[in-house]
Amino acid sequence: MQIQLNGEARDLAAGLTVAQLLDELGLAGQRIAVERNQEIVPKSEHAATQLAEGDRLEIVHAIGGG
Amino acid sequence: MTDFIQDQPLRIAGQAFTSRLLVGTGKYRDFDETAEAVTASGAEIVTFAVRRTNLGQTAGEPNLLDVVPPSRFTLLPNTAGCYTAKDAVRTCKLARELLDGHKLVKLEVLGDQSTLYPNVVETLSAAETLIADGFDVMVYTSDDPIVARELERLGCCAIMPLGSLIGSGHGIQNPHNLSLIIEQAEVPVLVDAGIGTASDAALAMELGCDGVLMNSAIAQARQPVLMASAMRKAIEAGREAFLAGRMPRRQSADPSSPFAGRING
Repeated sequence: MQIQLNGEARDLAAGLTVAQLLDELGLAGQRIAVERNQEIVPKSEHAATQLAEGDRLEIVHAIGGG
Repeated sequence: MTDFIQDQPLRIAGQAFTSRLLVGTGKYRDFDETAEAVTASGAEIVTFAVRRTNLGQTAGEPNLLDVVPPSRFTLLPNTAGCYTAKDAVRTCKLARELLDGHKLVKLEVLGDQSTLYPNVVETLSAAETLIADGFDVMVYTSDDPIVARELERLGCCAIMPLGSLIGSGHGIQNPHNLSLIIEQAEVPVLVDAGIGTASDAALAMELGCDGVLMNSAIAQARQPVLMASAMRKAIEAGREAFLAGRMPRRQSADPSSPFAGRING
């Protein structure tokens, strides 16, 4: 299946969960936040949230700013 | 003994702070310089931005939140770069998730890229949505007292008018408007944006501002850590001068030394 990840197309195995994707990206346990189709996916639901074709996923972190 | 006015802490959304200087974390050379400048500033509230994670290059990469840990600082996520209420609200929700439910945010909804002037229509709309969702909103706005009053009425916990354009270093361009906002506000008023050097920060405090938020004035100084220290002192000096109450201005001279007893009398 294909999703939009941080604005770019990405092919993933069907049925992948948010937690599995974060693991694949080396982001497990990092200080990040996830939004799926403009809704927050709380950390507590990463493992239970399965991604679907066409999902728009945003993974963000803190950077310097004023 | 002289009656010395004991300053009250700065209270924002029920939390008390000793420092009245709030600093950003952008534009520093590296995280070491960020940490040193933040420490030298004495700031307790530190702003940051929320951005897409750089995928594929993240393994072992240092994180800003390791440099300014939420255990030591009150983190203030901003909505910099948002031009619509919708994007600002999304950003605040992401920040709340990032900081495990932390409710305090700095709302800024910008009008265009060349002025970064606040779009007050979108700002008012975002403030209303965020407050209804339980956020404590410190809001960046223009120095228009009517807009400031409306933002306070909506429930913003701090009003943060610009001194001049973000990153311009032009100081406080309209002290009279700032005074109008300060006089009417019942929540803290902080100058956010435009500070160029220490005297600008001191002036903001002498006018009666409750605090000042700055980033570029420190980060883009030739020696940021030294400027951070200067800003800390300027904020303290300006605050004390405000509390002390300045002398009246006079049209003519008034000698400090007594007239009587002069040898040529």
